[in-house]
Order: sequence, then structure tokens, then C-alpha cells
Amino acid sequence: MGRHLSTKLLSGLALAVTISATAIASPASAASLKMAWKQDATGLDPHKQTAFSSIRLLELIYEPLVRLNKDLQIVPAVAASWEFAADAKQLTFKLNPNAKFQDGKPVTAADVKASFERLLDEKTAAAARANFLSIASIETSDQTTVVFKLSQPDVPLLTAMASINAAIVPAAEIAAGTIGTKALGSGPFKLDKWEPNSKETLSANKDWAGGKVAIDGIDISVLPDETAILAALRTKQVDFALINDPLVATLVPKEPSLVLNRTPVLAYHVLQMNPSRKPMDVLAVRQAISCAIDRKDVLDTASVGEGKVTGPLTMPGYTSDASTLFCYKQDIAKAKKLMADAGFANGFTATVIAANGEPATAAAEAQVLQSQLAEIGVKLNIKMMELNVYVDAWLKGDFDMAVALNGGRADPYSMYNRYWTKTGNLQKVTNYIDDTLDSLMQKGRVETDPAKRKVIFADFEKHLVEVAPWAWLYTSYSYTAQQKNVQGFVPTPEGSLFGLSKVTLQ
Amino acid sequence: MSYLARRLLTFPLVMLGVSILVFVAIRLVPGDAITAMLGTEAGLLTPAQRAALSAYFGIDKPILVQYWSWLLGVLQGDLGISVIHGKPALTIILERFPLTLQLALMSMCVALLVGLPAGVFAATRNEKMSDLAVRIFAMIGQSTPNFVVGLLIIYALSAGFGILPAMGEFTPFFTDPLRNLGQMILPAITLGFAFAASVTRISRSAMLDVLSDDYVRTARSKGVPKRSVIWRHALPNALIPVVTLSGVEFGYLLGGAVLVEQIYALPGLGRLVLEAILQRDYALVQGCVLFIAFNFMVVNLLVDLAYVTLDPRIRLGEGN
Repeated sequence: MGRHLSTKLLSGLALAVTISATAIASPASAASLKMAWKQDATGLDPHKQTAFSSIRLLELIYEPLVRLNKDLQIVPAVAASWEFAADAKQLTFKLNPNAKFQDGKPVTAADVKASFERLLDEKTAAAARANFLSIASIETSDQTTVVFKLSQPDVPLLTAMASINAAIVPAAEIAAGTIGTKALGSGPFKLDKWEPNSKETLSANKDWAGGKVAIDGIDISVLPDETAILAALRTKQVDFALINDPLVATLVPKEPSLVLNRTPVLAYHVLQMNPSRKPMDVLAVRQAISCAIDRKDVLDTASVGEGKVTGPLTMPGYTSDASTLFCYKQDIAKAKKLMADAGFANGFTATVIAANGEPATAAAEAQVLQSQLAEIGVKLNIKMMELNVYVDAWLKGDFDMAVALNGGRADPYSMYNRYWTKTGNLQKVTNYIDDTLDSLMQKGRVETDPAKRKVIFADFEKHLVEVAPWAWLYTSYSYTAQQKNVQGFVPTPEGSLFGLSKVTLQ
Repeated sequence: MSYLARRLLTFPLVMLGVSILVFVAIRLVPGDAITAMLGTEAGLLTPAQRAALSAYFGIDKPILVQYWSWLLGVLQGDLGISVIHGKPALTIILERFPLTLQLALMSMCVALLVGLPAGVFAATRNEKMSDLAVRIFAMIGQSTPNFVVGLLIIYALSAGFGILPAMGEFTPFFTDPLRNLGQMILPAITLGFAFAASVTRISRSAMLDVLSDDYVRTARSKGVPKRSVIWRHALPNALIPVVTLSGVEFGYLLGGAVLVEQIYALPGLGRLVLEAILQRDYALVQGCVLFIAFNFMVVNLLVDLAYVTLDPRIRLGEGN
């Protein structure tokens, strides 16, 4: 018995020593930030990659002409200054003369012109092209001046240019056809190594025109399970991590050595109805559904209260008090009356689609909505799908209802042009055309006075909620967690990691 | 023709069947490489943009043409190029396979070292309290999903002791054996846990059968010591079902242990296949599945050959 016990103790000790020995060994240099995320980038072409995970990596390597700060104000990036013509049909940029690509060559007006021409070329297959169709021509009067001539007034164009999907890439690399296989930008970090779905190694770009980067680099590990990411933070294997699941995020503050950054984001959770299918083609039915939903309850139950009930406009400067919007306080009696008036007093059956784990709260949201809508006789069948299968059905508009997490933009026009204008690319998804919505969007596009734009889009939001093709639910947070010795990170509503360029390790 | 030669001749036929199945199946699933890359933004593409991307991903031609050109490549040892990794699929698979093989071998060791003695122990104490205890543990082991075991181990180590195997950057065994074993031992225990439970149950019931056989009774009546009866006379004959189970399980493990690899962030075949499916990296999915099918057939063949060694009464390929 004694011998067995000693053997067990010895084996246990050996296991602990082996694990500890490997855990203590740290391959990264002291001044490199060790970072973890669940999902890796899917490619390196800044013009083509639209996945959140790809954007997060590429914005460390590449730069657009301008970028958005934490208050969503436009600030310089490759461009030092810019000016819209009074009629909003011409946009002129002066480039930062110190801006250099990571091979030491300066960023010139020719690179900007070549980058936008590549973006606009249909052969490039850049999804973001849709945001830049007003560009009629690009002129370069000297090395640092670029003039965009527009076919129509396009105020939201400048905000669209603040995306990494409009990154400036070297004209020589475009000509060589190496964009996407070689990452050469003008951003704060250089990509030294990328093993897809495993790890990335970045080093600081010493020539970065944006200032000195305080860390030597970033070693990114892909840890597919967020519980494991939390464990890695807990054991100090990781300095900084991205977290998607609100449940995991709420555990971070319980660890004394960790800090949680929680930032409201522009993306919104929504119940999309399909007005081309009966009975959602009836306004009263859609309104009844909107009235029957207790949005705060959805937020509290599905997302442990991590977020805020929202209307369609989620960007600071345009958001309104959600409680003033149509039926934002659950009203079952009104919902039942609307259903009865529409001839559906006994309710109906419909199917709601949702993607597995995208977002992490999708299934829970569908279940809460199912129980809430049951109160007015709507029997919802939930159909969970793998993300890609869901996207396919979503793009075809092949659903009765869909639980979705849709991306937000800093400008209301860029955010909703695709859905609620008559020429929107995603009309097939919304299946809803409304003259008032279209007209308000066009007014917002050409209006240069910020105060007047705000009024236009407030009207747009009010009308959109009343006609209820979708029921907007809530916005959530983006989360990053870090050790206490990591300082200086500034999160943004876009979830950008560009703030890592200013991080220090104490 | 020998049994071995006949079995080997069936390999190409099975591989052809697998290749057709995987080629068609991955294309029947809604969504393609374009929606996998762009998500809902794919809706912003014009028809010309979509055509350009289809050509890039090699999905613009009719499926038969695609299959034929892929098959010709496979026959020349080229499984295609992974669009995500930008490398030949075979290169990536061979990079990931050593980890998967090591994990399968280590978890097999864990399972056999724990499961076999436990099964024999329980069989020799049939219906006693210790037998019941082993059976209860085996039941718990079999019914607990391995991701639960993995997460519990990670939580207990990180929250209780502040230690965790180095995750995110895998070290191959021959680069640094100590670091490698530190990274692999917990995944092997996690995987081996449920497998050990199955081995315990199978070896217990096989031992019970064998222990009631005439030859065992004869050995006992001749005064052969109990230990010798169990380990020398009974166990070899009780091993046949254990070998079958282990062979099937080992074959599965060579296909990668998706959940355990996900939890411990191990870059094995399981994670590779999962990521390839989610990102609709057709060449990589097809290559991985072919490779896994080939391994499975080889393991099954080896298991059949092992029967002959364990029990000379068995003659392969001679009818009954």
C-alpha cells in the first residue's frame, strides 16, 4: 500500500514538474507582447478580406488614408490632411511626407491611385468596392497630393476610406501581383511569420510615421477555446487577448491580475423578418412581433446583460433614446390587437434561422424570442446552422426570420445603404423597398452639414422602426483582457487593435 | 493469392470511393469558399467579381472537370494547393501528422496501461465491491465527453496551481522532448480517459468469458499458480476483443481528435480538417480525408494481422 502510494505521488510529481517546466519556458522576448485570439485571419489581402479576424491582423500591418479614433472621429493615417469641396464632389488628400512602406520606400500619391484603382477593378473582387462607386477619377498633381473626383456628392466616402479594406498598398506590389501573398504595408508592425490557424509573429516597424512603437513586437497564438484563453491569461502565458463570449468576459474581473476592457460596439443584434413571406408581408404582423419582444429580457437572458438595447443607429452622435422608439417597451396587449386586426388572432408558425456560435449568444437569443413570441401565438421553430450554411441562406433571403449580428459603420449611410435603398446590394436579404427610407438615405448622402444629417437620420431611424421589417435588439461589447503590466491600450467601437501600437509593458 | 495481397488490392478501390464521396459531399453543403471568406459581405459582389473569385478558388468549372483534374493530380501525388495556407495540401498534412500520431500513441498507452489491468482486476473479483467500483468508474469514464474532462483539467491546473502546458506554439518531440511531453501529456490523459474506460469494460467481460473456459479450469486443477493462470493462460485469449477495440479507436485517433486539439490548441489533423471544412478549403478537406481513410485501412489491416499472432488458431482468408 505504502509503495503504491509513493509510486502515485512520484508520478504526480513528475507530471507537475514536466508541465511546470514547459509552462515556465517562454519563447518570446521580454518586450514582445504575447497575445491570443480564438479566430485567426483568413488571408492577407487587405482589399479582399472582410472577416473581423482578418481585419484585426491587417490593421496592424497596413494603413488606410485616414482612420477612426475611439470617438469615431476621422484622424490622419497615411494622409496628413484632407478637404471636401463645397459640393461634396471632390475630395483632396495631402499625404504625410514621412509615411513609408515597411521596405523603406515612401508612400506616394501614385501608390494611393494604384490602390484605389485595384479596389475598383472588378477582377480584384473586393467586396468594399461597393462603397467607392462614386469615384469617377483619381488625379495626382504631385508626389503627396491626391484628388478624388466624384460622379455624385458622397459625404460618407471619407468614413468608408477609414477602413482597412481601403488600405494603401505599394503600386509595385500590385504590379508584381504579390498582394495577399506578401504583407507589405506602412503600419506600425511588420508581419514576420504567419502559420494560418496557429500563430503570427509581428515586429515593430521602426520607420512608422505614426510614432515610436514601444514594444518589440507581438506574438499571436490562436487558441480556439476561450476558456483556454482565460486559463492562459491566468497563468501569465498570455499578456493580452481578444474575447468574444460575454460569459467568459464576465469571469475576467474575478482574476486579480487581469484587466477587462469592455467597449460598446457598432454591430447590432437583430431579429430579421422576411417581408416577402406571408404573413410578414403584413405591416401589422411585423409591428405585433416588434411589440411582443422584450428587448431588455433578450439582452439579460442571452447575453447576461452585457450590452444595451438599441435602435438601428448604433454610432455615437446619431444614437437616440431607444425608449422613445415605436413599441420599445413590450406591449403584449397591443401586439395581440395588431395580430387580430391583421387576421392572425390565432397566431401562425414560422422558422427562425441562427448560426451556431456566431455570435456566441445566437441560440439563446432565438430561444428567448421563441418564448416571447409564443405569447401572441407565434410558434417559432428554431433552425441552427453552421455559419457558412447560414450565410448562404441569409444571402438568398431564404428564411422566415433570422437572428443576426450585423456589422455597424461609423456613418449611417454606409451602414444601411446596402439594405434600405432601392439600389442596395442586399435587397435580396431585406426584401423590403420603402420610398421614405430610400429618399431619406439619399438626402443623408449629399448633406454636408452634420446637424442636418443628424435630423435626417433620426427621421430615418424612427420610420424604419415603425415599418419594422426587422426588430433591432441590442448592441454588445467588444472585449479584450490584459495583464496589469500592459498599459496604454485604447479600444475603439470598431473593435480595432490598432491601439496596440501605443502599448507599453511595465 | 495471399490474404495480404488481396487486402492491398482493395485499397485503391476504397480510396476511389472515398475520393468521390468527399469531393461531392463538401460541394453539396450550402455555402462555398467565397461565402466562407467574405461572410455576408459576399452579397456586395457583382457577378463579374464573383466570377473572378470563383476562378481564383477553382470552382468555376463543372464538377466533373474539377474532379477529373484533381484525381489526375492525386495519382501523381499532388493533393492540390490549400487556398488558406498557400501551400500543397500534402505538405500541410505531413506537417500536422506527427503530432496526431504521437497523441494517438500516447493516449493508447494511457488507455491500455490503465484499462487492461483494471479490467483484469475487476474480472478476478467478479461481483465483489472492488469489481463494482471499477465498473462504476468505467461507466463514468465512458459517459463523460472528453472536452469536459479537458476543460476540467485546464481549469483545475490554471485556477488551482497556476500552471498550464505551454499552448499556442507546439514543440515537436525531437526539438525539445521535455517541452513536447509537457504539452502532450494532458491531452493524452484527456483522450485516454474515455478510451481506458472502454478497454476496462471489454477486457473485464472477455476475461470473465475466458476464465470460465475448460482449459483455464484444467490449468487451475493442475495447480498452476493463480497469477500464472490469469496472465499467461487467460489474458492472451481475452486480448482479441481488446485488440479489435484498440485498432478501431487508434484508426479514429489517427484522423485527429478535434475537440481535444481545439481545447489544448494543438495543431493536429483534427483541427486542420475542421478549419478546412469551415473555410471551405476544398483541396485541404479532400486531401485530409483521403489521408485519414488510408491510415484507417492500414490500421485495420494491421489489426487483422495481429489476430494471427495472438491466436494461432485464426487463419486469415480461409473462410471461417
